[in-house]
Amino acid sequence: MAADRRLIVTDDVEQAIRAHGQETYPHECCGALVGKNGIVTTVVALPNTTEEGPRRRFLVRPSDYRQAERRSAETGLELLGFYHSHPDHPARPSQYDLDHAWPTFAYIIVSVMNGAAGGMTVWYLKDDRSSFEEGSLDHGENSHSHSAQTVHRQTGRG
Amino acid sequence: MAKILIPTPLRPYTDKQDAVDASGATVGELLADLTRRHAGLKPHLYNDQGKLRSFVNVYVNDEDIRYLQKEQTPVTAGDTVSIIPSVAGGAPTVASAEGAAESASDKALPALTNDEVKRYSRHLIMPEVGVEGQRKLKASKVLCIGAGGLGSPVAMYLAAAGVGTLGLVDFDVVDFSNLQRQILHGTPDVGRSKLASAKDRLEALNPNVEIVTHEVAISSENALKLFEPYDVIVDGTDNFPTRYLVNDACVLTGKPNAYGSIFRFEGQASVFATKEGPCYRCLYPEPPPPGLVPSCAEGGVLGVLPGIIGVIQATETVKLILGVGEPLIGRFLIFDALRMKFRELKLRKDPDCPVCGTHPTVTALIDYEQFCGVRPAAEATPLSTTIEITSVELKQRLDRGDRLKIVDVREPNEYQINRIPGSELIPLGDVPKRVNELNPDDEIVVHCKSGVRSAKAADFLRSVGFKRVLNLKGGILDWVDKVDPSQPKY
Repeated sequence: MAADRRLIVTDDVEQAIRAHGQETYPHECCGALVGKNGIVTTVVALPNTTEEGPRRRFLVRPSDYRQAERRSAETGLELLGFYHSHPDHPARPSQYDLDHAWPTFAYIIVSVMNGAAGGMTVWYLKDDRSSFEEGSLDHGENSHSHSAQTVHRQTGRG
Repeated sequence: MAKILIPTPLRPYTDKQDAVDASGATVGELLADLTRRHAGLKPHLYNDQGKLRSFVNVYVNDEDIRYLQKEQTPVTAGDTVSIIPSVAGGAPTVASAEGAAESASDKALPALTNDEVKRYSRHLIMPEVGVEGQRKLKASKVLCIGAGGLGSPVAMYLAAAGVGTLGLVDFDVVDFSNLQRQILHGTPDVGRSKLASAKDRLEALNPNVEIVTHEVAISSENALKLFEPYDVIVDGTDNFPTRYLVNDACVLTGKPNAYGSIFRFEGQASVFATKEGPCYRCLYPEPPPPGLVPSCAEGGVLGVLPGIIGVIQATETVKLILGVGEPLIGRFLIFDALRMKFRELKLRKDPDCPVCGTHPTVTALIDYEQFCGVRPAAEATPLSTTIEITSVELKQRLDRGDRLKIVDVREPNEYQINRIPGSELIPLGDVPKRVNELNPDDEIVVHCKSGVRSAKAADFLRSVGFKRVLNLKGGILDWVDKVDPSQPKY
């Protein structure tokens, strides 16, 4: 598929997402992607607050969403999207992902098979909500990123 | 006028503004005005029915309108209204242990009527089921292969428990010999189609359940389509070709298989074909040689045994739908009614399994009759099928005075029920050691109940030098039907 949308992640960001997925396995992890101009420089791990079984679902609370958005704005960055893991499933969006997707956001999915993080993909909702379009996920050197690559953790809130 | 804060993903639709003004006296009016001014927002805020999407949260100042007056919540000038996304998603739900539970919960769960609340009250007061669980049961669709010994308790308990849609596959008619264990059917149903009889019984038990009857022989051509709408498949079959077919179709469609089987005093149960667990082929990659394992029709079955095994299958099905407890995944339960003992074997998913392994060689349904050797491949027709005698021919030759040695290879207790006059009983297992009692020069007719065991006996006799061995086609059942209806059948 012609990927006309492109997201760049730094190595630190990529590793942080993989580590988060492995840490919460067999449950899904989730978090916010923060950066600017299509480059993700920071990820914010968020608690998975789903009540439908965290092995196959994730839910970011409105309050966590709001905080992530505010924090991004305060540091001159943008909320670019969210990531989540698919334990023991490929890194492809599900119908449930589609039903709950927001436009313009980048959705990174990392597959975690038997506890080990595998494939990572990025997806964008089509404007008519009919399906996702796969974007290209490119790697940026850490030195090229322009912000701290810290991973902020919000723990003990789920 | 009130100010509406727009979240990041919706700003492309508001000319990149993070706050816009709109007018209206309530939240509903305000949002209607907003989507008039910025039409691109509409499909992302409202669903096809014009309702706010469930993951769209609207706050007035810092209060969620769900806890105020929803869209009727009044808004006055100076209030700040925020649209805040819930971000949600998840892995696909097929082919997982939780698959059944989750695909049931994916559908909007149906509400319970007052009558249903009353009917299921003993479920509702248990926190592990509760209203939510009962609604999952109502949303669920279970397909039961076979409406016989195992299918009877499975279908009756699942219907009673409130499974919303219960599919049944069978094409048989009720026979007197079924009634000893197939409690779906009664004496007045003998001669009726099993599905018609089952439907009446189940609808009387619980009219809230939709009974879907599939009066077909399940086959490689129809299985995948048949399974498609269902969440869980319950295997209540009595033969190897169908068992392998059900297993493979479950793996290919990603539906869990609540498996059970019965023979004489022993039963088995497990849950196969979940994503993380083994399938039937991980346990038995190849079927036994045909005729080695007798069917219930040949070997008999204790009438209460399917009650026990079928209820285990129904229990596992309910657990899969509710997503509670520890399912029989990777565990093979063996029940011995005579010793009244359960044993459990651990099963592992076989990475080399031809169907569910890492490099499957079976990726579409095959010819299972041929796979199980029931119907041999065209090029390998064994001798036994070509050298047969029908019961009518046998009678004519006996009447003519032909000298024929009739050997009955059934078990002694079968011989007590009915027999062909003048026959000698040599049970199949004893044939090799008693072969010297037979004269290789005699013309020998072997028979059993329906012709399967005697075909093996005929093959054996020929292999040790008997030249003239005939297999009675259709066994004693055909003899009783065509020649001697005064004798009972079993």
